[in-house]
Amino acid sequence: MNTIYFISQQTMFFAIPLLIVALGGMFSERSGIVNIALEGIMVMGAFISISFISIFQDRLSGQLLLILAILVAGLSGAIFSLLHAFASINMKADQTISGTALNMFAPAFAIFVARMVQGVQQIQFSDTFHIAKVPILGDIPLIGPILFQNCYITTFIGITIAIISEVVINHTKFGLRLRACGEYPQAADSVGINVYKIRYAGVIISGTLAGIGGLVFVVPTSTNFNATVAGYGFLALAVLIFGQWRTKKIFVAAFFFGIMKTFASAYSGIPFLKGLPISNEVYKMIPYIATLIVLAFFSKSSQAPRAEGIPYDKGIR
Amino acid sequence: MKAKAKLNLINSAWGVSFLSAVMAIAIGLLFGLVILLVSNASEALSGFAAIIQGGFADGAKGIGDVLYNATPIIMTGLSVGFAFKTGLFNIGSSGQFTMGAFAAVYVGIKWTFLSGSSHWIVALLAACIAGALWGLLPGILKAVANVHEVISSIMMNYIGMYFVNMLIVSNIHDKIKNQSLPVLKSAIIPKAGLDKIFGSQNINIGILIAVLMVVIIYFLINKTTFGYELKACGYSKDASKYAGINARRNIILSMVIAGALSGLGGGLLYLAGSGKYLQVVDILAPQGFNGISVALLGMSNPIGILFAGLFIAHITVGGVNLQLYSFAPEVIDIIIAAIIYCGAFALLFKNIIFKFSKKKVKEDESI
Repeated sequence: MNTIYFISQQTMFFAIPLLIVALGGMFSERSGIVNIALEGIMVMGAFISISFISIFQDRLSGQLLLILAILVAGLSGAIFSLLHAFASINMKADQTISGTALNMFAPAFAIFVARMVQGVQQIQFSDTFHIAKVPILGDIPLIGPILFQNCYITTFIGITIAIISEVVINHTKFGLRLRACGEYPQAADSVGINVYKIRYAGVIISGTLAGIGGLVFVVPTSTNFNATVAGYGFLALAVLIFGQWRTKKIFVAAFFFGIMKTFASAYSGIPFLKGLPISNEVYKMIPYIATLIVLAFFSKSSQAPRAEGIPYDKGIR
Repeated sequence: MKAKAKLNLINSAWGVSFLSAVMAIAIGLLFGLVILLVSNASEALSGFAAIIQGGFADGAKGIGDVLYNATPIIMTGLSVGFAFKTGLFNIGSSGQFTMGAFAAVYVGIKWTFLSGSSHWIVALLAACIAGALWGLLPGILKAVANVHEVISSIMMNYIGMYFVNMLIVSNIHDKIKNQSLPVLKSAIIPKAGLDKIFGSQNINIGILIAVLMVVIIYFLINKTTFGYELKACGYSKDASKYAGINARRNIILSMVIAGALSGLGGGLLYLAGSGKYLQVVDILAPQGFNGISVALLGMSNPIGILFAGLFIAHITVGGVNLQLYSFAPEVIDIIIAAIIYCGAFALLFKNIIFKFSKKKVKEDESI
C-alpha cells in the first residue's frame, strides 16, 4: 500500500505541470495559434518567479510566498507570450518560427541575466512549501495519503485549473467563440466576433498557464533553477496532441505520462521494479516510447483545430 | 522589353529575400548591443566589436575555428531545411545527430579490421545510416499513422539520447571520465593540409564534405523530379496526390534523407580529432536545435543555409571572445533568437521594401 501512495504522490509532481501547460497550449491552439513556444514560456515563468522567491524568501515563506510566486510566474508568462501573439496575429508570421525564437531566447536570457547579476547561472531557493500532511483531509483513508500527504498546493491549483478550463472552453460564450476562431475564423468574423482579440486572449491564457507550469515543475523537484525545464514544454505539446485538444482527454494523457515518468525517475523506490535487471536508461526511455506507441494508435482520427497555424486574413474567403 | 521586366522581378524576389534577412540580422545585432549596454555600458562597445569581428579577431586560426564550428550546424541546418521543403518540421535533428555521432565513434573504435582511409569513410557512412534510421521512424509514423512529426521526433530525441548513453556505457565507455573512448587514428577525418593553412588543429576536410552536401541537396531539390515531387507535397499534399505523386513515400524519404544529413553532421563533429568525446549526460545535443536556427535564417535554401551556418559560427566564436570583457556568451543565443524572431516578419519587410521600390519607380516616372 505504501508503494501505491509513493507512486501516486510522485506522479502528481510530474503530471500536474504537464496538465497545466498542456491546458495552456489548448487555449492557444483552439483559438487557431500553434504555440510551440510553451517550453520557452515555462523557462521564462520559472526564471522570473524563482528569482522572486530567491529575493523575498528572507521576508516571506511558506504558502503565501508560493502563491505570490505563482502570480508572478503567470504574469511573466503572459507578458512573454505577447511576443508570440504579436508575431503570429498582427504580423501574420510563421507560428513555428516565432515559437522557436521564443524557445531559444528564454534560456539564453535566463542564463545571461543570472550570470551577469550573481555570477553563476543556478538560482538557489529554499523549499518552504512542502506540506507533510493537510490537517483533517490528510487523515481520510485511501484518499488522504494519495492526495493530501507529502504534497504541494500546486497539485490542487492544477486540478482547479483543469476544472475551470473545462467549464470555460465548453460551457461559456467565450469558449464557444474561441473554438469558432480555431475552426473557421471567417465564419466567426461574419457574426461580429473580433478574431484578433480572441486569438490574443487564447495566446495570453496559454502564456499565463505555461508560466505557472514552469514554476510548478521546478518547485517540487529541485531547490535550484538552472535555466531549463527539461523539455517539459515539448512533452506538454505531446500531451496536448495525445489528448486530442480536449480537456478531459488531456487530463488523462497528463496522468498517463506522469505515471510513466514516475516509473522512470523513482523506480529505485518501487520494490518490484528495483529487483529487475533493467538498466537505468531503459526506464528513462519508457515514457517516450510509450507515448510514441500510444500516438501511433490514436492519431488516425486527429481532431486538431482546423484553422490552426493559419494566420487570419480578413480578405480571404 | 517584357522579358527584361520579368527578369528584374526574379532578381528582385531574390534580392528582397536577401534584404529582409540582412534587415533581421541588423535588428538582432542592434538588440544584442542594447542588452550589452544595459548590463555593462562601459565595456559594451568593445564587447560588441568582438561579436562583429567573430573569427576574424584571431586571424587565420579564427577563420579555421569558424569553419570547424560551422560544419555540424550546416549539416543539421540542411537537414531541417530539407524537411521544411516537404512541409515537415524536423525538430528531431538533435536525436539524429546524436545517433550519427555514436555510430561514427563506435565504428571508429571497434571496427579495427578497417585500415587506411576506408575507416573514416565507413564510419561516416555508419553515421548517415544511424541518423537515417532515426528519421525513418517519425517518417513512417507520419505517413502511415498520421502521427505529427514534431511530437514523434521530439520523443525520438529523448529516446536517442538515453539509448546512446546506454550504448556508450556498455560498449565504448571511458569509466574515469564518463565519456566515450578515443577513436583510432585511421578513423579521424584527414586534414589535407588545411590545419597548416589555418594554423588550427580543429579544421579538417569535414567543411568540404558539408559544402559538397549543400551542392548535392541544392541539385536534388531544384533539378530533379524527385525534388519537385517533394516540394509539391510540401505545398499541397492533396494536390500532389491528385497529380499521382506518392505522398507517403515522399514523406518517409524526406525524413530519411533529413535524418542522414543530421547523422552525418554528428559523425563529422566527433571524428574531427579535436578532442571532443561523447559525454554520458542527460542533455540533448544543441547542434540539432542550432540547425533549426540555421535553416530558418537561411530560409530553407541550401545556399542560404551554408551562409547562415557560417554566420552563426562566426558570431559564436565572437561570443567566446566576448568573455574577455566579462560578458556571458549567452548573449549570442539572445541575438540569434532576436534575428529569427525578426526573420518571422519577412512578410512585413517585403512589404516595406516593395512599397519603397514602388515609390521610387513613381518618382522616376514623374521626373
